[in-house]
Amino acid sequence: MNVPLPPTNGGCRTAPVLKERGQREVFCGLTGIIWLHRKMQDAFFLVVGSRTCAHLLQSAAGVMIFAEPRFGTAILEEQDLAGMADAHVELDREVEKLLARRPDIRQLFLVGSCPSEVIKIDLARAAERLSQVHAPHVRVLNYSGSGIETTFTEGEDACLASMVPVLKDTTARELLVVGALPDVVEDQMVSLLTDMGIGPIRLLPARRIDDTTAVGENTVFALTQPFLGDTHAALERRGARHLAAPFPFGDEGTTAWLRTIAAEFGVSEETFEAVTAAPRARARKAIAQAAEALRGKSVFFFPDSQLEIPLARFLTRECGMTAVEVGSPYIHDALHGPDLDLLPAGPQISEGQDVDKQLERARAARPDLTVCGLGLANPLEAEGLSTKWAIELVFTPVHFYEQAGDLAGLFSRPLRRKAVLQMEAAE
Amino acid sequence: MKLTVWTYEGPPHVGAMRVATAMKGLHYVLHAPQGDTYADLLFTMIERRNHRPPVSYTTFQARDLGADTATLFKASCQDAVDRFDPEAIIVGASCTAELIQDDPAGLAETMGLSIPVIPLELPSYSRKENFGADETFYQIVKSLAKPQDRTKRVTCNILGPTALGFRARDDVEELTGLLSDMGIDVNVAAPLNATPTDIARLPAAHFNVLLSPETGEAAARFLEKNHDQPYTKVVPIGVGATRDFIAEVAKITGVTGRPDESRLRMPWWSRSVDSTYLTGKRVFIFGDGTHVAAHARIARDEMGFEVVGVGCYNREMARPIRALAKEYGVEALITDDYLEVEAAIEKLSPEMILGTQMERHIGKRLGIPCAVISAPVHVQDFPARYSPQVGFEGANVIFDTLIHPLVMGLEEHLLTMFRDDFEFHDDAGPSHHGGKAKAKVEDAPVEQVQPQNDNVIWLSDAEKELKKIPFFVRGKARRNTETFAQEKGLHEISLDTLYEAKAHYAR
Repeated sequence: MNVPLPPTNGGCRTAPVLKERGQREVFCGLTGIIWLHRKMQDAFFLVVGSRTCAHLLQSAAGVMIFAEPRFGTAILEEQDLAGMADAHVELDREVEKLLARRPDIRQLFLVGSCPSEVIKIDLARAAERLSQVHAPHVRVLNYSGSGIETTFTEGEDACLASMVPVLKDTTARELLVVGALPDVVEDQMVSLLTDMGIGPIRLLPARRIDDTTAVGENTVFALTQPFLGDTHAALERRGARHLAAPFPFGDEGTTAWLRTIAAEFGVSEETFEAVTAAPRARARKAIAQAAEALRGKSVFFFPDSQLEIPLARFLTRECGMTAVEVGSPYIHDALHGPDLDLLPAGPQISEGQDVDKQLERARAARPDLTVCGLGLANPLEAEGLSTKWAIELVFTPVHFYEQAGDLAGLFSRPLRRKAVLQMEAAE
Repeated sequence: MKLTVWTYEGPPHVGAMRVATAMKGLHYVLHAPQGDTYADLLFTMIERRNHRPPVSYTTFQARDLGADTATLFKASCQDAVDRFDPEAIIVGASCTAELIQDDPAGLAETMGLSIPVIPLELPSYSRKENFGADETFYQIVKSLAKPQDRTKRVTCNILGPTALGFRARDDVEELTGLLSDMGIDVNVAAPLNATPTDIARLPAAHFNVLLSPETGEAAARFLEKNHDQPYTKVVPIGVGATRDFIAEVAKITGVTGRPDESRLRMPWWSRSVDSTYLTGKRVFIFGDGTHVAAHARIARDEMGFEVVGVGCYNREMARPIRALAKEYGVEALITDDYLEVEAAIEKLSPEMILGTQMERHIGKRLGIPCAVISAPVHVQDFPARYSPQVGFEGANVIFDTLIHPLVMGLEEHLLTMFRDDFEFHDDAGPSHHGGKAKAKVEDAPVEQVQPQNDNVIWLSDAEKELKKIPFFVRGKARRNTETFAQEKGLHEISLDTLYEAKAHYAR
């Protein structure tokens, strides 16, 4: 009864994908730091990069940057470019200073950027060396958040993937839930699964380093975010098995996600119903209210976070919208497949971007709502299109039942606002 | 390497974007990796522009590295020219592209484009945003300005206003009005809203008004040297500076027109009795060199403040700011490290900070009122309302901006007078929030004073007395008293120590 039915006209899994290359209007992976550092309370993210990287973090972090955040940039200067020899000495000194000032830090991430990747500073080796110097108090890891390698949320993927090889071994049959979620959402998820009798539940990333997240051949893992391709691969290399499911957005997505895990752990239909019935009813009611303004409206997704496909699935199936184009920076069949199965055929699925061509398509389609980045949102509003800026979907609690109404609300608010603003003379 | 969290300035290519976005009919082709488009949102969000910045990025990715990136650059160039049909393009590299050495200038030149191609050399690892803007504007002027006859009427150019410039939009308008009052027309204001064709017309003006030395000085010098146009050295921010500016313009041009002062309210506002309490307020001033210099003069000579420290983050202005500090008898702080700024502010304990967005947050942390006088600024400092800094209306705006964070004179007086009043104590809360004042419980235990300094102990009498001081100066009183006690070698603070310290610091 609760198994979501595939659309009668077929889904989008086998739909032709428009693959484009050209100018991309996207963030680089460094931006992942902004939400990751809130989640991992004892971690510091040290970007090795240029003033541009520092400026990007400052622009993306907005007001948060003034709260003594646990991230910073070691800005490369001219002398660092001149010779490679002392880049490591310089880095060691900056790390030494940093850790002396912040003794509460237990994990340090050296985050690679475009400049550090292009001049090939070996941050992996630096991380190993610094780990030895600062052990056992501080663990130093490395990943790249550079724009040449990662797009926006892929920064989180690269970060989590860097942690997988150092996770403890276990032979226990455990559920590992992967993807950084706001604490309130994480707590709801853990409580739903616990109420079904599923456990122990491990989280990646954990809130603190001392939490015992382990992995092994008997581990099964579920992803809460669709952008975790490398982490998925790294976990499979450690022998863990992926539970493929639609992502937990909306009533349907959340139920399907939970059901996949429940089936794996042999939870009875009665138990599943008992645990999910009340929150499902709440979610349905909240969505129905928030989605009133969305019914029958068209939506166009510019690529940003890889959340586009599951969100398009939620908006079309649960809010009555039609999708014109669903753009994603990358599409992984293993991850996006279940959502593509449920997304009713019709929209153009596109991967990658040539922003000017995509803008032409959006202008021609005149969608009722365009989901895009902040560099495009105001210019499109000025052209008369209603927009929903996509970054908010990454920062705001939107997963699982209790947030389903808020999620629909994020999309309906711009349309409601357009309807209420009346600046013309009343006559 | 240098560890950084806040940066006062972006990289130089953001400066180039500020010039390109300010102009019309110009396009910037930037050789940059995927992700550098983040800078677009500074313009579309902070400045709320209703169009995309005229910048094409090559957005190369890891798989493009190698010979491919040069082809990518040429394709982007051609595409930008075909799509946007600009009058001219500027081409350059961001920090990463600087490392892969594709030479955008050389590549663009070989393409045989029919429009002017202006190459930029912006050293990302040694210079910053303001340099990028100044250099870009200079290169554009150098490439496009044509020798020509002067206009018949006395005209001038306004040089330096850019996109993301602090109050640049309204400064140009105010300045245009001021000059018009004097009988001088503006030939071209640039780069803001100018086209490449307008840039070609720059040498027709009789002189240049350098509104923003940070972003226009190189172009002003070039025009002086090559087109014999003198440029103004006084930036007309503040009443005195505006009058000096008018005199300077009169001297350059011989025009005798006097601007209308009928709407200049700032001098009277500052003389009126409610402003008496401003006398000797200790202010710390930090920002870009131009705004700091202007505000130091306003603070001392027009508001009657005491300037206790000045500094700037742009090293291009280090020399004039050092000279200014000497004149004011204070130390100059030239740094782009906000931790140094924070330390200086903490040490000086000013009663007010005039600074940037960063200082606003430092002020919030330290409980010191702050007014924003310089970039970098956030979205609230690109206001919808008319808010120039220059000229006479600018002086009115600045007066309001500087006093709003302070407690008004009468209010301060009342707070001090009734600080022990049973319904007017610290915990009562502001009455305009509609909350009912909680009556003071007389024999409630006095909350333990946490000394900021481990070496001194507050005796209970002194502690009680400290609590009677209004909350907004209590922090300073506590710090001063503790410093005083330490200097005297005292380990305990008694009531007497408190008042001795008060007398010691009295002005």
